Amino acid sequence: MSPTTYRFDFDVIAAWISPGETVLDLGCGDGSLLAHLVETRGVRGWGVENDPDNLVACVANGVNVIQVDLEKGLAGFEDGFFDHVIMSLSLQTIHNTRAILDEMLRVGHEAVVSFPNFGYWRHRQSIMNGRMPVSESLPHQWFDTPNVRFFTIADFEALCADAGIAVRERLAFDDDRPVVEEANFMANFAVFRLGRS
Amino acid sequence: MIQSQSVGVVTPQRVVFDEPLALKSGAVLPSYELTFETYGELNADRSNAVLVCHALSGSHHVAGHYADDPGNIGWWDNLVGPGKPLDTREFFVIGVNNLGGCFGSTGPASINPATGRHWGADFPFITVEDWVATQARLADHLGIERFAAVVGGSLGGMQAISWALQYPDRVANVAAIASAPKLTAQNIAFNEVARQAILTDPDFHGGNYYQHDMVPVRGLRLARMIGHITYLSDDSLAEKFGRALRHGKHIYSYDIEFEIESYLRYQGDKFSRQFDANTYLLTTKALDYFDPAFEHGGNLPAAFARCKADFLVVSFSTDWRFAPERSREIVYALLHNRRNVSYAEIPSGAGHDAFLLDDAHYHAVLRSYFGRMKR
Repeated sequence: MSPTTYRFDFDVIAAWISPGETVLDLGCGDGSLLAHLVETRGVRGWGVENDPDNLVACVANGVNVIQVDLEKGLAGFEDGFFDHVIMSLSLQTIHNTRAILDEMLRVGHEAVVSFPNFGYWRHRQSIMNGRMPVSESLPHQWFDTPNVRFFTIADFEALCADAGIAVRERLAFDDDRPVVEEANFMANFAVFRLGRS
Repeated sequence: MIQSQSVGVVTPQRVVFDEPLALKSGAVLPSYELTFETYGELNADRSNAVLVCHALSGSHHVAGHYADDPGNIGWWDNLVGPGKPLDTREFFVIGVNNLGGCFGSTGPASINPATGRHWGADFPFITVEDWVATQARLADHLGIERFAAVVGGSLGGMQAISWALQYPDRVANVAAIASAPKLTAQNIAFNEVARQAILTDPDFHGGNYYQHDMVPVRGLRLARMIGHITYLSDDSLAEKFGRALRHGKHIYSYDIEFEIESYLRYQGDKFSRQFDANTYLLTTKALDYFDPAFEHGGNLPAAFARCKADFLVVSFSTDWRFAPERSREIVYALLHNRRNVSYAEIPSGAGHDAFLLDDAHYHAVLRSYFGRMKR
């Protein structure tokens, strides 16, 4: 999923980043979020990618990119080195969900995670009708999706509680419209700001 | 699609340096000569120079060919040229035969002015840092204050890294490819076997074989054969040669039976005809000594604290001589110092040799990196 699909999530994330911070972006795609944060927040940023084409795109865009397989964690990155570790719309593509969240909060003081909400009402409707959801926020068919973990906002919050991860802020959206009530039903994606409890 | 071409006919140049050079070992070389080649044009503000550092068996002949020897194509010709990833329409590219080499620069086979005889075993030990110091003098000679980039693979990558540490203000970008911040014990072990092959060759004569009009061919040949095994991956050897038999059956002989034997003997023979044994010894020692963290209690991030260059680090998945893990050490040391660094681990079956091949993804990364630099 290209981060350029959700430009407005860049602004949400940028609002949580203070000028001059040190930032790590996991699954950074073509580096456009990092480029945005460098431009608007003057961050020192590095991206992590494992896709060859995205890697080349980051280098071409002048964004620092380090090739790492996120399934293997962030060994080599120092504890508490980053102010924020971001993962924009990639968490659902990683098998080792809990380990990567732990790693994010090991190398960063805070983590920012955005993901598509599989509990969105249209997705539920689709399942009720007997088909896996395919939409703008979940554009892939079940047989070619890069997503390997299917979870809702409520699922994620339960995991955080269980793993001792503090939810410091949560924003939910139905496309680009903020959702305040019944987020797990009304929002098709969410952005979390996380810390250690 | 970009049309890429060869730089065409090239001519080596020579320059003599008469200012004594204090070497890391403590020895002093009173004067020396370097052979080099250049491709492309140095721009008006002298900001587009790129130095390409060579590895163990390389030379100043990076790209193009010679008018009188059209088959002698530069060792990184697939990378350097008009329209190629390191585009000579944009950059002024320099290749230099390292000091102690055997392709024109002063080395053990040169005449020692103090004795009138070949240097031989008396040629001083040379380190990566010494090479970089001589390359800096060449840059002075060419009027280059700051390189746009210093690029190298393997031992050449070590020189590129050392540039950022020795002359932080004189290099903007470093591309360290299939390289390492130091050799492992296993890697030094391979070098030692290669050296012993040469040192114990009866024709070596303590390094003064020139006087005896001899070449320790057997030692060099063995050294190169073991080198070649380590530059390739198990898979690439299996794919290229497998258990293929020269005669289609076992002939119960020590002559060539398996094709891999033929390949190694061919490579060994070819190398022993064109390379100097003393240069081989010196160069493998330079590899072994390289360890910028040594003076910092083994702390590589501390060694990198002085570096200012932006880095591109590249490794290859099946390279076990300069494994991806060694490249990652460089990356994390740079990250610790908040340097700009990008790192690509190229999937390749070709082992260490992959850095010389024109894998599409690998060259796309380099093309993007150099392309970004010129903007």
